[in-house]
Amino acid sequence: MSVIFILISASLLIALGFLIAFIWSVKTNQYEDDYTPSVRILFENDVKQPEEEQHLKK
Amino acid sequence: MELQKFQYDNKTVKWFAYATMFWGIVGMLAGLLAALQLCIPALNMELPYTTFGRVRPIHTNAVIFAFVGNGIFMGVYYSLQRLLKARMFSDFLSKVHFFGWQLIIVLAAISLALGKTTGKEYAELEWPIDILITIVWVVFGWNMFGTIIRRRERHLYVAIWFYIATFVTIAMLHIVNSIEIPVSFWKSYSWYAGVQDALVQWWYGHNAVAFFLTTPYLGLMYYFLPKAANRPVYSYRLSIIHFWSLIFIYIWAGPHHLLYTSVPDWAQSLGVVFSIMLIAPSWGGMINGLLTLRGAWDKVREDVVLKFLVVAVTAYGMATFEGPMLSLKSVSAIAHYTDWIVAHVHVGALGWNGFMTFGILYWLIPKLFRVDLYSKKLANMHFWIGTLGIVLYAVPMYWSGIMQSLMWKEFTPEGQLKWQFMDTVTKMIPFYATRAIGGTLYLTGALFMVYNLIKTIKIGSFLANENAEAPALEKVYSTHGKEHWHRWIERKPVQMMIVSLVVVAIGGIIEFVPTFLVKSNIPTIASVKPYTPLELHGRDIYVREGCYTCHSQMIRPFRSETARYGEYSKAGEFVYDHPFQWGSKRTGPDLARLGGKYPDSWHYNHMLDPTSMSPGSIMPSYPWLFDDQIDVSSTVAKIKAMKRLGVPYPENYENIAAADMEKQAKLIAANLNKDGISILPDREVVALIAYLQRLGTDIKNETKKDTLK
Repeated sequence: MSVIFILISASLLIALGFLIAFIWSVKTNQYEDDYTPSVRILFENDVKQPEEEQHLKK
Repeated sequence: MELQKFQYDNKTVKWFAYATMFWGIVGMLAGLLAALQLCIPALNMELPYTTFGRVRPIHTNAVIFAFVGNGIFMGVYYSLQRLLKARMFSDFLSKVHFFGWQLIIVLAAISLALGKTTGKEYAELEWPIDILITIVWVVFGWNMFGTIIRRRERHLYVAIWFYIATFVTIAMLHIVNSIEIPVSFWKSYSWYAGVQDALVQWWYGHNAVAFFLTTPYLGLMYYFLPKAANRPVYSYRLSIIHFWSLIFIYIWAGPHHLLYTSVPDWAQSLGVVFSIMLIAPSWGGMINGLLTLRGAWDKVREDVVLKFLVVAVTAYGMATFEGPMLSLKSVSAIAHYTDWIVAHVHVGALGWNGFMTFGILYWLIPKLFRVDLYSKKLANMHFWIGTLGIVLYAVPMYWSGIMQSLMWKEFTPEGQLKWQFMDTVTKMIPFYATRAIGGTLYLTGALFMVYNLIKTIKIGSFLANENAEAPALEKVYSTHGKEHWHRWIERKPVQMMIVSLVVVAIGGIIEFVPTFLVKSNIPTIASVKPYTPLELHGRDIYVREGCYTCHSQMIRPFRSETARYGEYSKAGEFVYDHPFQWGSKRTGPDLARLGGKYPDSWHYNHMLDPTSMSPGSIMPSYPWLFDDQIDVSSTVAKIKAMKRLGVPYPENYENIAAADMEKQAKLIAANLNKDGISILPDREVVALIAYLQRLGTDIKNETKKDTLK
């Protein structure tokens, strides 16, 4: 059953990693704005695509 | 701010999309074959490569790692670039990732068909492939983190967090669960034994579902569902809470796969508690997905992509409600080892993963090829036929699972078990047949999709490099004067995190594994002895043929089980089992105490033609075991590997193992001869009989001794 110590420490390690990531994300103002990102992803890439490329690569 | 021009890489996305379609069909075909074999045993074709025990791992691996795996990469490579406003970090790495992953799949399919397996569910691939997986996975991570670092969008959209969690956690799970000692190039033994192995395996198994089938697909949901509906996710705040709560809870739930087994009670309870808690984040995510369509349900009526996505999210909701319920000990007591679990995972696989993938493909392919979908009608047909397929798959399996479990547990008023095991098998066959029909419908739908998308591709024109532009990411912190000492870490947070994780994990493994495992504190039972060389060979054949896909070796402490199979299993009985073979499904009866139950000749005839000994049996026959010789050349290496794992064979035992083996084999052959069967003692079936006759007998010897005292 001692293997459970490995599993728990590995799991804790991951949890710790994510805790650090969480603190980082809050500290760097990742969640300052919790609305715009959800709308921003909807904007389509409206840059003109070269027509010739379309026909060349199929 | 300067506007930067760059191009999105659509080519890699296209490749992964093609691979998803191709491997999806292959994986489903393998599943259909396995399903049909359960109602028509002749379809095992009496060939080693096509028997159920090998087809089933091919099916699960193909569907999980080939179909869903490529689906993940397709969605990640498309969405990551657009979310970060950057091309993938390196085209070369993208190529290595794509071809590396396909190579792994091909090697997996071949090696599993040839019976090269570690015998651990969903982690069957042998060590060379395990190493290859690790390398390709690191390439994927490198490419992803590289892109994140070069991003032009400061905010990391929630989907990206789900991708990061997938990468980091799968890397750890795969490495910890795959630690094994190679015996030869295609054979290894799990480092862990028995209870320990079971715990590691289901810690992995559960989290493979969590971090391979769930988190990446949640990321995809948070990108493709809003895109397809063209409206923002219901609550972005909820999605952030969803992510962080899910991540911190998910990893602890593994032991719910081992309720009522020999795993200590407290570990079981830990798994149950976290499993119940999982309802909250899972349903938070599901509701967030569905509510995204608030006020837009009319679109669902029109748009086939949304139809697929809505059913996918609904299936996610059902499966994540059912999962915690199944983790309750009293529910698990009924559901474990039955078709209920098969129904549960297929609601997830067919509904959540399958339909999500189909929805994304229907949205993505026309977009990549700048054309409308070839036929909306055909796609609608796919949707309905697929949905019907899921229903016809799941309902019979729920029904048969509960029915079979109740039959196993039923006693007559006189206190006898009411049903023979065989009765509960023959009753299942109509359900297996209906399930196969459901699977056929689902596969047919998928074939419609492939046809539809090929037609779409033909009329479309592919844009390999899509022009895009975005302002460069402005630097946020500027330092004045003296820097704080840990600024250097902060400058490269991502690399730092990965490197430290890898370093700590390797250090941890090197330190922990020998300390904890060699001198294990499992209560040892004096009468439990290592396997003889012949039994060890027999056990390897048992693993090779995938017997664990239908037979458990774990008797739970219920009256219905001890009356049917004998004394319940103890943790100390499995200390030499590298790998453990507890199994998770009883299509056939439990084998934990099979030893001594039948004469050798019964096993001989049963392996040759199961129906001759148990009429009505759906077990395949194994004629090749009677022709093939035991691989004696590997005996020394096998004993040596076992000794390195701490199995207490006497010193220099490997040198006399061959002689011991011959002696035992001759004994069995002579025993068979008494019953009028002549077989050479060097045949594989002899080794298998030796192993089967050993199962669970050590503890019987102990009770015999006790009564003699």
